[in-house]
Amino acid sequence: MDAGHDTMANDAVAEQERMRRFRDAALPHLDDVYTLARYLMRNPTDAEDAVQECYLRALRHFDSYRGPAMKPWLLAILRNVCNAEFARRGKEEVPTDFAQDEAVAEDMPMWQEPQVSPEKSMLRQQDSATIRRLVAELPEPFREAIVLREINDLSYQEIAEVAGVPVGTVMSRLARARAMLRSAWNATETAAPIRGAATASGLAS
Amino acid sequence: MNHSEFDIMVHALIDGELDAGHAREVESHAAEHPESAAKLASFRVMHDAMGGGALKETAPAHLRTRIETDFAVPASRVVPMRGFFKPTRRSFFGGFAVGSALSAAVAASLVLTVIRNNQEQTIADEVVSAHVRSLQAGHLMDVATSDQHTVKPWFNGRVDVAPPVVDLTAESFTLLGGRLDYINSEPAAAIVYQRRKHVINLFVAQHLGARRARTASESIQGYNIRHWSQDGLDLWVVSDLAGDELDEFVQKIASALRRPSSAS
Repeated sequence: MDAGHDTMANDAVAEQERMRRFRDAALPHLDDVYTLARYLMRNPTDAEDAVQECYLRALRHFDSYRGPAMKPWLLAILRNVCNAEFARRGKEEVPTDFAQDEAVAEDMPMWQEPQVSPEKSMLRQQDSATIRRLVAELPEPFREAIVLREINDLSYQEIAEVAGVPVGTVMSRLARARAMLRSAWNATETAAPIRGAATASGLAS
Repeated sequence: MNHSEFDIMVHALIDGELDAGHAREVESHAAEHPESAAKLASFRVMHDAMGGGALKETAPAHLRTRIETDFAVPASRVVPMRGFFKPTRRSFFGGFAVGSALSAAVAASLVLTVIRNNQEQTIADEVVSAHVRSLQAGHLMDVATSDQHTVKPWFNGRVDVAPPVVDLTAESFTLLGGRLDYINSEPAAAIVYQRRKHVINLFVAQHLGARRARTASESIQGYNIRHWSQDGLDLWVVSDLAGDELDEFVQKIASALRRPSSAS
């Protein structure tokens, strides 16, 4: 009887210890995970559910975690959670790893580079809310790439691991993302937002 | 460098992903072409505006609470109570296992009153303390030499283990020396390495926490800690070095231990 108690207590200690290690390692990255979730899911409620699911999955796989760094590992899990959710819905939002996204985005007229002469090409400063909206309006997979780079502060190698693509693809996505962002940024200086705020309302709030 | 190459490379320059040689190529291209210079300037403005945490969201407090309570207790202990506490909101994420925060919190408080003493936690804390103490002037080494054949015999008679002392200079981990330390009131061999400005303490003793065949990771007060067991030794590594680099260090030590000839 006593022996049984001891075993249970030891199991509980081990589990408690595992849980504590997980919390210490994973919880400091909650803001990063939530930020990416906001940009991928586009609304706070879905983002929160995705973050919670991400942490539950991360805990399940924590025993087999061998690196890379904790942050990209969590972000990769989050990304899978979000894509699984998009796949479940099966419409509206497009999962981020469809290769044709690049081609689709190429055809989007609103993102074409304007013919800017060098002298008027200097960008004005924008406030954070505007920048958030501009980033949120980027199509995938460019939005994901720019968020991982600029906001989550990942290296190219880490972004490649999170997105499951070669570093070269990361570089071309970032180049596209910044080119689109620059056009939208320029447009914002002179006119009203090129798209309604509806698509970005989740982040503008 | 042509314009297409510049359009890709300019971002690697801004993101600090280029070595000095390539960075100069990109910059000199920009210096020769005004439109390229304008792009570089624009992208820098954007990069500066987005970085530095300006756009980072803060997770709402209720989300943090939700997640913390999820992990307050082993999931298996929550299961029997699930029937009583239905999740308040069956979320969009229909297939997701959304635990009950309330039951988890209750169960956690029960478990915590039963289980206090956690030896490994104590050791992890002591390892960090010993590391911090070692960083104070004059405390780092008892024997200061990069010669592994001097460090290893120094421990003879001071600790009851023959700690692995390996030369990892080729892997850019410099051996600084060794020290006798005390963890959990037991003598432990501390072998000190350095990468760039980061000091790494490797503590080795016979009984120091749970036996772990696989490396356990954690971080306390900003220090990364690794712990594993090998050849009847318990090994703890602590440093402010980045986690992935510390993992690299652990791999080097572990593989050196598997090849005893090179460790002696």
